[in-house]
Amino acid sequence: MAEIITPKINITEKPPGHEGHGFFATSLDKVVGMARKNSLWPLPFATSCCGIEFMATMGSHYDLGRFGSERLSFSPRQADLLMVMGTIAKKMGPILRQVYEQMAEPRWVLSMGACASSGGIFDTYSVLQGIDRIIPVDVYIPGCPPRPEQVIDGILKIQELVQSEAIRRRDTPEYKAMLAKYGIE
Amino acid sequence: MENTLLNTVSEKLKSKFGDAIVFSEQHYDFPVFVIKREKIIDIIQFLKDDPEMGFGFLTTMCALHFPENKGQEMGLMYQLQNMQKNWRIRLKIFFPINDVVVPTATGLFAAANWMERQEYDFFGIIFKGHPNLKRILNMDEMNYFPMRKEYPLEDAAREDKNDSMFGR
Amino acid sequence: MEETKEIIKPEEKEYSILNLGPTHPATHGIFQNILKMDGEIIMDAEPTVGYIHRAFEKLAEHRPFYQIPPITDRLNYCSSPINNMGWHMTVEKLIGAKIPKRAEYMRVIIMELARIADHIVCDTVIAVDTGAMTGFLYMFQWRELIYEIYEEICGARLTTNIGRIGGMERDFSKTAWAKLDKFMKEFPAKLKEFENLVMRNRIFIDRVVGVGPISAERALSYGFTGPNLRAAGVDYDVRVMNPYSSYEDFEFTVPIGTNGDTYDRFMVRLDEMWQSLSIINQAIKKMPDGPFHADVPDFYLPPKEDVYNNMEALIYHFKIVMGETDVPKGEVYHCVEGGNGELGFYLISDGGRTPYRLHFRRPCFIYYQAYPEMIKGGMLSDAILTMSSMNVIAGELDA
Repeated sequence: MAEIITPKINITEKPPGHEGHGFFATSLDKVVGMARKNSLWPLPFATSCCGIEFMATMGSHYDLGRFGSERLSFSPRQADLLMVMGTIAKKMGPILRQVYEQMAEPRWVLSMGACASSGGIFDTYSVLQGIDRIIPVDVYIPGCPPRPEQVIDGILKIQELVQSEAIRRRDTPEYKAMLAKYGIE
Repeated sequence: MENTLLNTVSEKLKSKFGDAIVFSEQHYDFPVFVIKREKIIDIIQFLKDDPEMGFGFLTTMCALHFPENKGQEMGLMYQLQNMQKNWRIRLKIFFPINDVVVPTATGLFAAANWMERQEYDFFGIIFKGHPNLKRILNMDEMNYFPMRKEYPLEDAAREDKNDSMFGR
Repeated sequence: MEETKEIIKPEEKEYSILNLGPTHPATHGIFQNILKMDGEIIMDAEPTVGYIHRAFEKLAEHRPFYQIPPITDRLNYCSSPINNMGWHMTVEKLIGAKIPKRAEYMRVIIMELARIADHIVCDTVIAVDTGAMTGFLYMFQWRELIYEIYEEICGARLTTNIGRIGGMERDFSKTAWAKLDKFMKEFPAKLKEFENLVMRNRIFIDRVVGVGPISAERALSYGFTGPNLRAAGVDYDVRVMNPYSSYEDFEFTVPIGTNGDTYDRFMVRLDEMWQSLSIINQAIKKMPDGPFHADVPDFYLPPKEDVYNNMEALIYHFKIVMGETDVPKGEVYHCVEGGNGELGFYLISDGGRTPYRLHFRRPCFIYYQAYPEMIKGGMLSDAILTMSSMNVIAGELDA
């Protein structure tokens, strides 16, 4: 804690492409994917104990900011990644749905913790048994609460998804079919 | 100290209210008094205002449901506290399930406001005179009182969990 | 005297309604407040809670006694060991178990660490809401060390499920003692650093003095307990009035405020952190030797070597895990001093394997009722500070 450690700065790898003097040619979706994945702006939808573990992950010990998520956005219109952390009760369901619908494409959803993924230990009349009943989810992080390392692992998986995704996935028929299943247009 | 607390309060209450006290007993470190429903607010007021008793703090309140006691299925428990002398007592009332009206204690303690709303939400006890008796923790559209013993814990409408695997 | 100017009468004013909605960065937790505002001044507020209602009381009726600590963990999750210990002590009161001194001192150390963790969150978040992000980042490093201590003792960081009915599950290991010593050596200096940043800071004092006051009479009528009540001037602390787990062996003062405003709540919590450090020091110095759990074979799992070699231990293990042990009938109430006040457990047992009725007296739920009264007449930013200084934890509010 006492000595100052100068960190080794890592720069993200450039995608495969053709390089020359003053130019670099690669396919657009690779560049867009690289840019998107290293600057995800999360919306921390923290409801309960997983929210405190997220606060610990954002702290300096585990530091989620090094993956590009330094700027948390509390407005859904400016966020890329909806991180649902904590139990979602049935009373909260419509609000979560409203927040999701306000997000602009491209958007991803990360469900952190057992309660958000499946209801967790609360198999009761008032708890929504998993947020994937109301919104589509990309990555599930199990745990009660998950360790910060697991949260970072989940973010890395989201980054893989972001990297390998088509630029306009909202136009693909599978995506449209999935949204139609949830009743989101 | 506890035994004399039971006796002190019991004598005071009996001298003032007589037969409104159904019985009194000591449970672990708490004197417990079972009171008739009609007199509960008067008794709490007396316990709060009387200078010797001085129970001016409502610690908690909760409702009870005993479906086997026919005619006295629902109950309500108040815990009062005298902070200066460090006295704690418990008052209970019982009433039948088809007549769940109880006078409100919000005039005496501001804390009773949400506590009574919570018991209305969970058990359906109507508090007469409450300024804002509506559901507090559950959804407003819910049409049953979930803490009553006849309702299950799990949501009856869920279809993904196989109850036989969970030992239910 | 005749007024020639046009005066807008109160009835003709137009008030705006602001929805301080359930998802809001500054409300630490999900509860909603609908505010009626006259410009920037708040005229009235209507809180809506229940957005994280998880039906703890109903859930507890369907779980055996040793499966309830994970539920109690999630009440005030910033200081979950205190909730766990409260439950264990309630059951121990019901069965009449006497806990050895060593286990009680270990419990005291863990509970005071939890109190420090809870107050770190509250105080740094008050500072964050005034704009001082630095304290939060620095103090959370030390909160990580508390998490590491819990991890050594019980395996989990946040929702600890620490302790067992009858004592503790294992003695503190050498690593746990080493981490505890490191914490006790290094944390006081850092706490002093945080204090120096904020306590006499002109901007901070201007933001928090006189904000969200409540008088002692109204606080008592609303059922306040804990730091919020002590900030209003009433010295009521469950550890002093109804001592449990050997708290009477320790010397500590109970800090009290005067006005019940945000500054008092902040300072009471800060002072309590110093008192907790002193209690932990005393407990470490006076730690007696002895067993770390009571002799309650009906509730405390026997050690694994005995289970594999001894028939009686095997039968006890089976009975405890299947929940077939005889629990005495009775009703008991036990309260502990949680991070927010008196956390009470009212348990009615009918001899079955699960409680018949378990009611949690949750301090956050009870004192949050006073929030509209505390913010009336203040400005919106003061309302945010009042809410963070009350340390409302959504899990405890809704349960």
